[in-house]
Amino acid sequence: MKHISKTADFILLGCFALAVALGPFIFAPIGAGYPDLLQKFAIYGIFAIGFNILFGLTGYLSFGHAAFLGVGSYAAVWSFKLVSMELLPAIGLSVLLAGLLALAIGFVSLRRSGIYFSILTLAFAQMCYNMAYSVLTPITNGETGLRVLRTDPRYLDSALGYSAKMPTLFGLEITGWTGYYICGVVLIAAFGLSNAIFRSPFGMTLRAIKSNQNRMGYTGFNSRPYLLSAFVMSGMFAGLAGALLAATDPLAGAERMQWTASGEVVLMTILGGAGTLLGPVIGTGIIKYFENIFSAYNETMLSAMFSFVPDGVREPLVKFMSLFVGDGWQLTLGLIFMAVVIFLPGGVMEGVMRLFRVKHTPRVRSLGDSPQRDMLGESIIEEMPSDYDSSGAHKHPAKNNVTPVAP
Amino acid sequence: MNPTLLHIDNVHKTFAGLHALSDVNLDIREGETHAIIGPNGAGKSTLLNVCVGVIAPTKGKVLFDGQQLTGRRPFEINQLGVARVFQTPEIFGDLTVIENVMMAMLSHRDGAFRLRLLSRFDERGQVGRRAAKALADLGLGDHLHHLAGALSRGDKRRLELVMSLAQDPKMLLLDEPTAGMARADTNTTIDILRDIKRKTGITIVIIEHDMHVVFSLADRITVLAGGRVIAQGVPEEIKGNPKVIEAYLGEEQV
Repeated sequence: MKHISKTADFILLGCFALAVALGPFIFAPIGAGYPDLLQKFAIYGIFAIGFNILFGLTGYLSFGHAAFLGVGSYAAVWSFKLVSMELLPAIGLSVLLAGLLALAIGFVSLRRSGIYFSILTLAFAQMCYNMAYSVLTPITNGETGLRVLRTDPRYLDSALGYSAKMPTLFGLEITGWTGYYICGVVLIAAFGLSNAIFRSPFGMTLRAIKSNQNRMGYTGFNSRPYLLSAFVMSGMFAGLAGALLAATDPLAGAERMQWTASGEVVLMTILGGAGTLLGPVIGTGIIKYFENIFSAYNETMLSAMFSFVPDGVREPLVKFMSLFVGDGWQLTLGLIFMAVVIFLPGGVMEGVMRLFRVKHTPRVRSLGDSPQRDMLGESIIEEMPSDYDSSGAHKHPAKNNVTPVAP
Repeated sequence: MNPTLLHIDNVHKTFAGLHALSDVNLDIREGETHAIIGPNGAGKSTLLNVCVGVIAPTKGKVLFDGQQLTGRRPFEINQLGVARVFQTPEIFGDLTVIENVMMAMLSHRDGAFRLRLLSRFDERGQVGRRAAKALADLGLGDHLHHLAGALSRGDKRRLELVMSLAQDPKMLLLDEPTAGMARADTNTTIDILRDIKRKTGITIVIIEHDMHVVFSLADRITVLAGGRVIAQGVPEEIKGNPKVIEAYLGEEQV
């Protein structure tokens, strides 16, 4: 990796903040410039940034991160019900509870690595999902989902004499463009935090764990606490995203914890580029765009789009294209995902890097002690005239001084 | 005579009926360079693995600086001051060369978990400059920003050596540091090790096949064959020992 200066990081953060601020204008031409969708970009972007701290840096693939998102949502709704309609207490409670759950799940799951770790996290998340539907119904309200009611006590609000119909941040309702910009600010903060973690000793330690865990041991590091911290941190990011989801739409349902939701964040991260700073956010944008825009297309809209095509050709073309839109959006997404994984294993970010040629390709100057050079060396030594050898011994006194074990 | 640093007491190791080590007793004294030699399958690497906690001995114990090593995990043994360079280099292949050394410098003896989350850590910092100097000293100055995985095997081993020394260990275990090296590189490695010895006075345990390396470096030599210690002593004693010659060359050639 090339040296990245502090200034470059600040410029990146600045550009990112600018892109978030100009989001409505940037996404308008592709039909995504409306607040509800952009809120989703931002919220799931936070989720993916957090997931990337675990998966991108340590390589540990969790298949259960939706559990933390779900717990974050439930905690936020409970905070809206019992404490206040203000966002900050809700975020605090969500992040805390998601972190505690991550601590418990991580403590057990991190005893294994690789596929066993993934299966353990998946099992825990499914357990949470099923419990939300069964034994935990008093807390989660089961299939109906947990919602905020006008009659809820909200002790802090009633003590202060404050009242709001929707969740607020310092009195601003978290809906529409205000909602987007509130989520956007949190996204920028999350991005800045993940940037700092990437450049910190902790970030390097996580990358080292991914690279060679044996060497970590021989260098005197116990990997476990570092992995657990990364796991808890990414769980807390997920909890934060869950709180924002609940704030923009104060209804928490168990389907947010389903394994498909866990799988989605894996796809987002890999599609964008695991282990890169921007990748997860880009991947989130692509997936949420397909989910919301491509799925909305229907045959009538396609016919209108292809109205320039002659009548006889248009019908079969529209029929064929409709496979990929509407309900078929996942087919398109699947094809794109396959193409990215096959041609750009590093995700969209690898493609971007290649375009700008900033990928640092390590150069190897010498053949080193590769077998080729050894063979080359042997043949040179064999062909060497004997007097050359004795003059060589001048420079390296030890060279001919081979003491055999047998006298 | 210097006090004993590593005390291997009556160590046995059996792998599914195969006696890899039987009744090995060995004392490594502080500040010496001790070579362990022996034909293939003599149990040299097993002995080293027992010392760093990769393999638990079937019987016997290993004491380092008065502390029991058996039963401790590799990271705990490293924290006591034992550093190891492997025959097949173990490095952080996805990190750059300088980052590898910086990781070694991050490691602390006390083994406490430190969550240094927000401080910036790169090669322009104090640790980075120290790492760059340590690498330049051992001739890896040109490779600072290359991925460690892309280095040649000899350079990887040298990198491992820099990483080990960066931890300022009490004892350095070297597993065939010159295996597969051309003669010139072997001589460079010998010079480097002599230099390290002169500067730090560190205790070195070296496993080696190349007698040239062994007799250039070792203060004392232990010969293993078939999992047993068959000879021990200063190089002059070992050279003429008929048992050693037999183990290496086979009976009929004596």
